[in-house]
Amino acid sequence: MTLVKVYVTYKESILDPQGEAIETAIHGMGHNDINGVRMGKYFEINFTDDAKDIDTEIDTICDKLLANPNMETYRYEIVNAEGAK
Amino acid sequence: MRFAVIVFPGSNCDKDLFYAIKDGIHAEVEMVDYRENSLDEYDAVMIPGGFSYGDYLRSGAIAAQAPIIPAIKKLAHEGKPVLGICNGFQILTEIGLLPGALIRNRQNKFICESVELIVEDNQTIFTSEYSKKESINIPVAHGEGNYYCDDATLSTLKANDQIVFRYVNDINGSVDNIAGIINSKGNVLGMMPHPERALEKIVGSDDGLKMFQSILKSHMNRVNL
Repeated sequence: MTLVKVYVTYKESILDPQGEAIETAIHGMGHNDINGVRMGKYFEINFTDDAKDIDTEIDTICDKLLANPNMETYRYEIVNAEGAK
Repeated sequence: MRFAVIVFPGSNCDKDLFYAIKDGIHAEVEMVDYRENSLDEYDAVMIPGGFSYGDYLRSGAIAAQAPIIPAIKKLAHEGKPVLGICNGFQILTEIGLLPGALIRNRQNKFICESVELIVEDNQTIFTSEYSKKESINIPVAHGEGNYYCDDATLSTLKANDQIVFRYVNDINGSVDNIAGIINSKGNVLGMMPHPERALEKIVGSDDGLKMFQSILKSHMNRVNL
């Protein structure tokens, strides 16, 4: 079994009001050395043993569903069952 | 003229749209389930507001993979009217029938109020009954109605007169105060405000009625040619 970890984040140009609200809360906790919070999404996707071209499949899934290319970008890591890269 | 109102899990303005057509313009209308795969019997498709799939992942993202979507695209490519309101607009951008995206309101707050819009273009099949630059009052109800597109897309929208509705005041951070846009072919319109909630003065405004009358009249004009 192969685990793929996918990270979807807003492009730099996109406003992130949730990230800003979180940053304000962090400042409220007294952490005044924080300068900027961006919120994103994280997915863990498990492939079966007979999966062949995982990169192509993940790109398709991200382009068509997990990320909206108008406002988001994604990156991913492929990890095997033991957790080693 | 036969209208289809698409019903996704989590749609909640489907009945308002249904009655806008049935009682507002007295046309034929049916609710069509998202699991259907043909719209061949219909002359127009309405995609209602709501929270399809609970807005999971992104507004409209999961609805964009529903079985009915290829039929909506087919009908759009045939040049028939497709109207997406609120979550319907979000779905239209997710399936690529309209450019750009709807992101979270700048103030990070759900807004629910009547707003003033300007009809920027009355030369469309959706707005022919309005006068140019007419000011209308239509309710909005959204948390993710901040229209975003890149500069190149905005220039194209302006050059082709694809911006149909603008907010008079900046209510959510939308690029160029955009409230509704149309595709370059002129048959697919998406808008965040809810014309189906503004059909009678007793509920505050009947400014939405002309939109449905426009669609019907444009269809009749085409049929009678």
